[in-house]
Amino acid sequence: MNRLDPKYLIVFLITLVLVVGEASYHILGGYDRLATTLGVCLATEVLLSWWLRGRVANLASAYITGISLALLTKPQANMLWPFALGGFLSIASKYVLTYRGRHLWNPSNFAIALLVLVAANSVAILSHQWGNDLRINLIIWTFGLAVAWRAQVLHVTLTYVACFVALALVRNAIVGGPLLAELAPITGPMYQLFVFFMVTDPRTTVSTRRGRMVVVATVAVVETIIRLAGDFQWALLRPLYPSPPILALAIVGPIAMWWDLYRQARRTIVASS
Amino acid sequence: MLQPSQRRFVVIAAFVAAVAAVVALDHGGAGGDRGAPARLRLTEVAHQNGIDFTHRAPTLDPKIANIAPHVGALGACVSVADVNNDNWPDLYFTTSSFGAANALYLNQRDGTFRDVAAEAGVASLNRPGEGVSMGAVWGDYDNDGSEDLLVYKWGYPQLLHNLGNGRFEDVTARSGLRRWMNSNGAVWLDYDRDGLLDLYVTGYFRSDVDFWHLRTTRIMQRSWDFASNGGKNLLFKNLGNGRFEDVTDAMGVGSTRWTLAAAAADLNDDGWPDLYLANDYGPEELFLNREGKRFELARAGLEDDSKSGMAVALGDVYNRGRHDVFVTNISERGFLFQGNNLRINFLQELGRFDEIATGVVADAGWAWGAQFGDLNNDGLLDLVVVNGFISADSGRDYWYAMSKIAGAQGDIFEDAKNWPAIGTASLSGYERSRVLLNRGRAGFVDVAEQAGVTDRLDGRGVVMADLSNRGLLDVVVANENGRALVYRNASPPDRWIEFKLIGTRSNRSAIGAEVTVEFGGVRQRQVVDGGMGFCSQNDRRLHFGLGASALGRVTIRWPSGAEQVLNGLAADRLHVITEPR
Repeated sequence: MNRLDPKYLIVFLITLVLVVGEASYHILGGYDRLATTLGVCLATEVLLSWWLRGRVANLASAYITGISLALLTKPQANMLWPFALGGFLSIASKYVLTYRGRHLWNPSNFAIALLVLVAANSVAILSHQWGNDLRINLIIWTFGLAVAWRAQVLHVTLTYVACFVALALVRNAIVGGPLLAELAPITGPMYQLFVFFMVTDPRTTVSTRRGRMVVVATVAVVETIIRLAGDFQWALLRPLYPSPPILALAIVGPIAMWWDLYRQARRTIVASS
Repeated sequence: MLQPSQRRFVVIAAFVAAVAAVVALDHGGAGGDRGAPARLRLTEVAHQNGIDFTHRAPTLDPKIANIAPHVGALGACVSVADVNNDNWPDLYFTTSSFGAANALYLNQRDGTFRDVAAEAGVASLNRPGEGVSMGAVWGDYDNDGSEDLLVYKWGYPQLLHNLGNGRFEDVTARSGLRRWMNSNGAVWLDYDRDGLLDLYVTGYFRSDVDFWHLRTTRIMQRSWDFASNGGKNLLFKNLGNGRFEDVTDAMGVGSTRWTLAAAAADLNDDGWPDLYLANDYGPEELFLNREGKRFELARAGLEDDSKSGMAVALGDVYNRGRHDVFVTNISERGFLFQGNNLRINFLQELGRFDEIATGVVADAGWAWGAQFGDLNNDGLLDLVVVNGFISADSGRDYWYAMSKIAGAQGDIFEDAKNWPAIGTASLSGYERSRVLLNRGRAGFVDVAEQAGVTDRLDGRGVVMADLSNRGLLDVVVANENGRALVYRNASPPDRWIEFKLIGTRSNRSAIGAEVTVEFGGVRQRQVVDGGMGFCSQNDRRLHFGLGASALGRVTIRWPSGAEQVLNGLAADRLHVITEPR
């Protein structure tokens, strides 16, 4: 039997998140948001892949990106433009922000980071907490871990979770206060989307298993720096601390990708010479 | 045919253009509809008019000291009543610290006020063992011709009977209302139209929570969006003998969704007053009154939209003869855009509301009290929104710390000891109030600064009343841990009409009476409210601006169900109308 392409497992998982979350807690905030984001993402993928590469790309990635954006983007009331422009920019980034033929950012991570940083008057990230419901969390974590295992990215997810927990202890030692307050974020829905759909994206992770673990650990460290900035109110980093993991990945991810691609190219040159 | 490199260039150009569009749209959205010239002039005159009232927040059990400024940032409230029946509106303010006195400012008919709370017996209500005041509503529950006072508290509510001689008697115990509640809202209504005012009291924190002797720190919400572990709202039926009976369960209105505010009016035009609730950490609720026999929770498009409802204001936004609904919520740049809700009433046609808030209507910061009223007498109901949660150290902000706990699982979130310490930090502090002028189909424009409303205190309750009987609505604001403000309206004159209604078959306060005034080809509807906004109550007298239009027919639907049509009334004056027997 042919092995199922991991990206379809991810498609299944994000659809599960969407259906369970919407049915239980109306997490979308309006179907027009989903229709706009998904429509723009799919249309942009079809158009750009056909126009630039001569063939229509598989739409699974655009589907995952569209749903992630619809769930994570929370704009001011009744604004649809962040979904439309965010959808376009996420997919277009795959064709524009490239190095040696590979895109550098996870598409939804890029679009959300951009919106949060340059459109802070209009866009916040995931103000909805999906009922703070342990049952929903357990369903998503259970399926998420199973899918990550089948997709062979479980090491990425687990490395990030382990680093987050360890660094939460460090943060708690530094800032004091309740330990659960430092651990609490990872139980929230933003992190579910983050650990299962962003840091594990095979197209924007480095080539080696060990490298992926190092990168995701570095993301957790940068996130910790941003979080400490929030705790100590470092004004310079204020734009970053409403969404530390997303912005940490947006900073570390492309640098790691660039470095990995650069090293691969060097090795190829050395080998061929 | 473009070459591949040219095609890539086109895509890059489109990408850059899209980024530029994001920046431009964000900048445009931030500007909103502000800065338009205003005919409106509001001047702050509290001190010079004799009102020197400062609210003090409660001091709570040290077990929740880490978030005490957050939990205890409530209780600055104001309500309007003609306490001595002299046709001049008086003001009652609550404070929330043990030993601090509430104030009853009697209107001296010359623009000034005098605090008579102590001699009236309505001042010293904040006492250990009894609780602290969180607000008050006025209504003549025994139909003796004098407005009585219900003070809801974190503690035992108090019903104070107006003796008609300048003094009040505490009749709580014999009324059957002495039940410990942590309440932040109440509304008088005659839900069964028997001519007696009934009482709906909202519960915020659970009623087994005594904030001065906490047995547990598990007192907070179990969910950021769909919490239902709050205090139970209670409906008390007025039995007519000075006693009230708890009919909450029989009537089906015992919501435990952390209700912060309630308003009552006939929203679906069936002749019976309905209840609209603004719930914190959850969706709003509309309870439709089924002929006084029971209430039904309506599916009106509200259940999917979970925010942090703080206040309910009812107003006929487009002069359609309907009560539309405005509910305040939270907006904080970068962290949270819940946005206020402006729900246009299509209950009759579609069975639901349409939520249309955008721009300055949607984003008023961490918004608390709000009221509709025609401030410039142009015939359209304007909107005043007061805001700001905790204005403390402006160099420290609690939002990041709060965002850590916001996504926590319910068991973690519910326990106050898991919340990061707020210390001296601000939380959406130093926000400016909004004065939103209604331009009809052109939407609302924020004219607060041009009109003279520039304070950055932490507003909670706000009311509108024609304090000097001039045909202009003034604005009174109660500020948390701050001084009360009175904004005197000095706008250029335009046509107006006011009504004071006296019920006979209906409750004497005429609470729940609905008046529709026709002018200039439109009709505007208002309700005599028994509590509206956040912990506040407007004047029972209704004020209509008419613009330059001639006054047409006036229709009064009394709470008894009787309808009265009045033609040929003179504009620019107050009309005292007694219900036909």
